[in-house]
Amino acid sequence: MNQPRRAGSIPGAARPDQPDLLMREASLDKLKAFLTLLPSMILIGVFVYGFIGNTIWTSMTDWGGSGAMALNPQKHFVGLENYIDLFTGFLGGNFRQDLVNAVYYSVMLLAGAVGLGMFIAILLDQKPKGEDLLRTIFLYPMSLSFIVSGTIWRWLLAPQGGVNVLPKYFGFKPLTFKWLSSQAAILVFNWQDILRILAYIAAFILIMVGVFLLRKDQGKAIKRWLIPGIVLGALVWIFGGLIPDALFMEEEHGFNLATLGIIIATIWQYSGYTMALYLAGFNGISQDLRDAAMLDGASQVGYYRYVAIPMLKPITISAVIILSHISLKMFDLIFAMTGPDNAATGHPALNMYLTTFRGNEFSRGAAIAIVLFLIAAMFIVPYLVGQYRQQGRR
Amino acid sequence: MTARKFSLGTVFLYGTLVLLALFFLMPAYMAAVTALKMPADISLPTAWEWPSVVNWSSFSDALAKLRPDFINSLILTICGTAGSTVLGSLNGYVFSKWKFKGSDVIFTLFLFGMFIPYQVILIPLFQTLRAMNLYGGLPGLILAHIVYGLPITSLIFRNFYAQIPTALIESARLDGAGFFSIYLRIVFPLSIPGFVVTSLWQFTQIWNEFLWGICLTRHTANPITVGLANLAGGQAVTWNLPMAGSILAALPVLAIYIFLGRYFIRGLLAGSVKE
Repeated sequence: MNQPRRAGSIPGAARPDQPDLLMREASLDKLKAFLTLLPSMILIGVFVYGFIGNTIWTSMTDWGGSGAMALNPQKHFVGLENYIDLFTGFLGGNFRQDLVNAVYYSVMLLAGAVGLGMFIAILLDQKPKGEDLLRTIFLYPMSLSFIVSGTIWRWLLAPQGGVNVLPKYFGFKPLTFKWLSSQAAILVFNWQDILRILAYIAAFILIMVGVFLLRKDQGKAIKRWLIPGIVLGALVWIFGGLIPDALFMEEEHGFNLATLGIIIATIWQYSGYTMALYLAGFNGISQDLRDAAMLDGASQVGYYRYVAIPMLKPITISAVIILSHISLKMFDLIFAMTGPDNAATGHPALNMYLTTFRGNEFSRGAAIAIVLFLIAAMFIVPYLVGQYRQQGRR
Repeated sequence: MTARKFSLGTVFLYGTLVLLALFFLMPAYMAAVTALKMPADISLPTAWEWPSVVNWSSFSDALAKLRPDFINSLILTICGTAGSTVLGSLNGYVFSKWKFKGSDVIFTLFLFGMFIPYQVILIPLFQTLRAMNLYGGLPGLILAHIVYGLPITSLIFRNFYAQIPTALIESARLDGAGFFSIYLRIVFPLSIPGFVVTSLWQFTQIWNEFLWGICLTRHTANPITVGLANLAGGQAVTWNLPMAGSILAALPVLAIYIFLGRYFIRGLLAGSVKE
């Protein structure tokens, strides 16, 4: 129902002597409703949209340096200079390393938290004894502040203590992994090649979509996705040398192993959340459907693989959206675990804080914030539009 | 029945669950053990062992250091929660029962505010609060929490009010009740559970927030998360104090979670848009 029905439209219910008055009251009430919403609309308009616009503007100025904290700082428009600096400039190297690290961090966090949460939800869906207590144990980290969990995990991941000495109690040698300070990087690539890599990724996505659609609409899948994907991939492979280098010298970035500790802590904190989402979803599936699946000879594994988990696709999408949003703004946990000065576990969100509020480089910080925002918007806008369309259909 | 209990599947099920539970409890155990040790007894290789002498004074020491921040957080959280839930309730009422042309679009625009990385509004927020003379103190922080709490509180209340039958509202209108009297006499009394869920969600969020706390407050108005970060961030720190501080900073939300867990989880689920 999109609009509250006019009282007068219910036959026999309206007071016949004064229908006009009722109509007028209804529109007055609508005005009141609008006026009630108005303050929030203005606040959101200014504090969300106005501020985003302001940050975009700031990112295109040269606000920074010694006079940055003055009440009326000098600002000049410099266009996209800050962005060009971040992606190709000499001083942007830290940012590029952080960005690469953040991408790996997000992917691993998503896989870990969704996977572990789903796994625990399936276990609890077997209705073991003590289910309530177990659920409480798995979910309590979610209620904690990142600063609290970061402080505790930092102690747990201390090099000569914590997790590393645990094997000793089972008769093994203690671990020697340097959780938060390792400098080793894996999956290294050369940032100079970033344009070629992006082209390969685009080709890969086109081909994957094509393969995925092959069963639905063969002609369209081949014409629109597969052939362009293969052609693009081949072109990059043959003529890749013609694509310009992003930088004039080699610059290697990879996933820093020190980040593993932070990923474990984040998974510890958020898999209970995905567990709760999936558990609510599993409980919503009717017992009849489950019985029917079992009757058709589905095993436990088959039931989850082919019935339950596909049915919960909207929950998976929600979880992915929320977790990627969290991983993109991840600041507190890294701040608490490795302190503000450790570059090995860097993240653009932390970099933004340090650049802006420690370095007083406001415009550069704004540019980092906008990059984060654009990445987040890539996920969120389609999601919200989808939600909105769904509402319309209802 | 008893024979089935010992089947391979059941052993696997309980074994895995116990291992996972131990993994999830590990940090809590570590925090408690370290907080209860004498500072001299804390060493990395024996971090897991139970203290030989139980020492409670870390808690009082940590509390002495964190008390002003704790009180700041309490004021901040209560004011922020109250403001954002009341406004959110009114918004949810309009969004669900008084839809007008374009209200769905406005609602979606509201929701977007929930998902932005807050770094993107941090600099203008800092500037605006400074221009309003609100920078550095609690009122500015409270304002920020109220405004950026609006999307989620409006969402939870909108979903909650969608369950109130529209027929109830319509019959009240036929009896001559207007916009506000319907809210006060019918919707508000029905929305106590909605207020509980939303307040708990907001309480947890505001209590746990750190980024604005560190960027927008001066030392005297630091919330507990900033206090704890300062306590743990020092170089020559003995670990009993940060661990005791962590436990103290976690207590209010943990208490809510343990005693009102049902509402906490409902808030959690309501926060994931899909309803």
